Amino acid sequence: MTSLPTPSAKKLGLVIDLDTCVGCQACATSCKEWNAQGDSGPLTDTDPQGKNVTGPWFNRIHGYEVKEQGRDDSRIVNFPRSCLHCEEPACVTVCPTGASYKRAEDGIVLINPDTCIGCKLCSWACPYGAREYDYTQGVMKKCTLCVDRIYNTNLEPEDQVPACVKACPTGARHFGDLGDTSSDVSLLVKERGGYDLLPEMGYKPTNKYLPPRARRNTEQAHIEKLPKSDGSTMEKLFLWADKLLSNKSASAAANPQDDSGKLEG
Amino acid sequence: MNPAYSVILFTTASGAGYGLLSLLALAGASHGRASTQAFAFTSLFIALTLITIGLLSSTLHLGRPERAWRALSQWRSSWLSREGVAAIITYPIAITFGACWSGLVDAPALIAPLGYFTAFMCLITVFCTGKIYSSLKTIRAWDNPLVCPIYIAFALATGAVLTAAIANTFGRFVIFQAILAMVAIVASSVLKFIYWRKIDNAKRSHTMAAATGLGEGVRQWEVPHTSMNFIMKEMGYVVGRRHARKLRLVVLFFLNLSFLLMYLSTNWQWLTYFAVPTMAIAAWVERWLFFAEAEHVVGLFYGKQSA
Ligand code: SF4
Ligand code: SF4
Ligand code: SF4
Repeated sequence: MTSLPTPSAKKLGLVIDLDTCVGCQACATSCKEWNAQGDSGPLTDTDPQGKNVTGPWFNRIHGYEVKEQGRDDSRIVNFPRSCLHCEEPACVTVCPTGASYKRAEDGIVLINPDTCIGCKLCSWACPYGAREYDYTQGVMKKCTLCVDRIYNTNLEPEDQVPACVKACPTGARHFGDLGDTSSDVSLLVKERGGYDLLPEMGYKPTNKYLPPRARRNTEQAHIEKLPKSDGSTMEKLFLWADKLLSNKSASAAANPQDDSGKLEG
Repeated sequence: MNPAYSVILFTTASGAGYGLLSLLALAGASHGRASTQAFAFTSLFIALTLITIGLLSSTLHLGRPERAWRALSQWRSSWLSREGVAAIITYPIAITFGACWSGLVDAPALIAPLGYFTAFMCLITVFCTGKIYSSLKTIRAWDNPLVCPIYIAFALATGAVLTAAIANTFGRFVIFQAILAMVAIVASSVLKFIYWRKIDNAKRSHTMAAATGLGEGVRQWEVPHTSMNFIMKEMGYVVGRRHARKLRLVVLFFLNLSFLLMYLSTNWQWLTYFAVPTMAIAAWVERWLFFAEAEHVVGLFYGKQSA
């Protein structure tokens, strides 16, 4: 059924800490590794050994550079992006077959690979680019919130968490029930000001992102400037000697001063 | 968006087929039985063939065409499903209408109600096709109230040109058909023109800053892949946007040319045959642009500053 269920009290999802994520790709690779053999598997690549290898990943890590106002230096934010298990996802309602569905009991959004016809409409309806088509099987694929781990009693209790959460070396990924206001993840979201991606789209994502913390050291990292020329005879002598010795082109010699702060060439 | 040929063929061919079918049905509803069986059979055959080619082509786009029947199940929520259901319902109604209209079944009283019903179902089906796209909030150029009227206008324009050409072959050409085609072509041109102005002037309200939550001054520094990925392939199409201006002129040129040919056909009826290819080119390029020009909001995560 691709009509949405009445929102469940339980809303399983992830909380991703953009402050501690180091962009190591451990979550992405362990996700691919687990899902290649789990519920979504085989998650095969096209041309796996070749130059143009391509295939579905449920989790991808973007790197963003953020230039804060009034600062010369910027910071790098690693940004993992996977399905947000939205509460009102059009990726479910547009599906003509019922293959794309949201579970009534815990809110996980899944695709049934046995009934999906590969029309790709759901991937168009997702604002977050979370759905990737599996060209080898002709069906759509996406993050399962590791439904085949979190309820899997064959695994040790500490392994009954999503593969990506388990793999993260810095603890930047948290899994839990975001419908329960007293759960660890909900408290974390509250404490750190967790936010929704593209809230104006109205999909009501379950997953939350924790913003990078404010810099502890508010002093600007100093970008060293090259010393300015004082135009003295001594300096002109050095410039002349430098030109002679390094056999630089005339154009370089014509611009002996560089106070742009940039080092070139 | 990647302009897949199977989807362009699906929307243009089935649009033309439904346009033609609806006009034949309306003609039957108002004039009663067709003048000759040959005219009725040929015209209905062309309409249903175009529709079928379109629908088959849409299944070519599927990863699992053999499961296509499943797409009829979710009509409660999905416009794609509704489109499929409407298309399937239209077949038997159109065939029953055809049987009465051609005189194969002698039931003159049924021609009018069946004719109106067929035309109504054609309209509904094309509306559903437009809705598949216009219901996607993720694509600004499609989330637009003009999309469905444009789908219907182009279906009627291509259908009307075909009607005139087929009628001409059977010596049934009347000036009213040319006028109808001209009106539909003008409607298509005007709607499309307003649509382009609207999408060009629309505010790009989604920004990378807001999407990532990282504020102004955010830019992509590292991409999340080492080779082509599905999202880039499907949603990162830029060729269309680069040539959009020129191609819009191509659409308008062929629409005008079709209009002119239909106008002149009131004197030289054989010109209706030339209007068929010119109108087909207009519809094809228009549909190609509809996909190629559309930008998906996911681009914000892939380095686009606004969408
Ligand atoms: S992130 Fe995309 S795929 Fe996941 S539930 Fe939301 S809309 Fe659907
Ligand atoms: S690709 Fe599969 S899951 Fe997605 S909308 Fe089509 S049938 Fe549904
Ligand atoms: S929850 Fe599982 S499927 Fe989803 S991104 Fe993490 S590892 Fe991948």
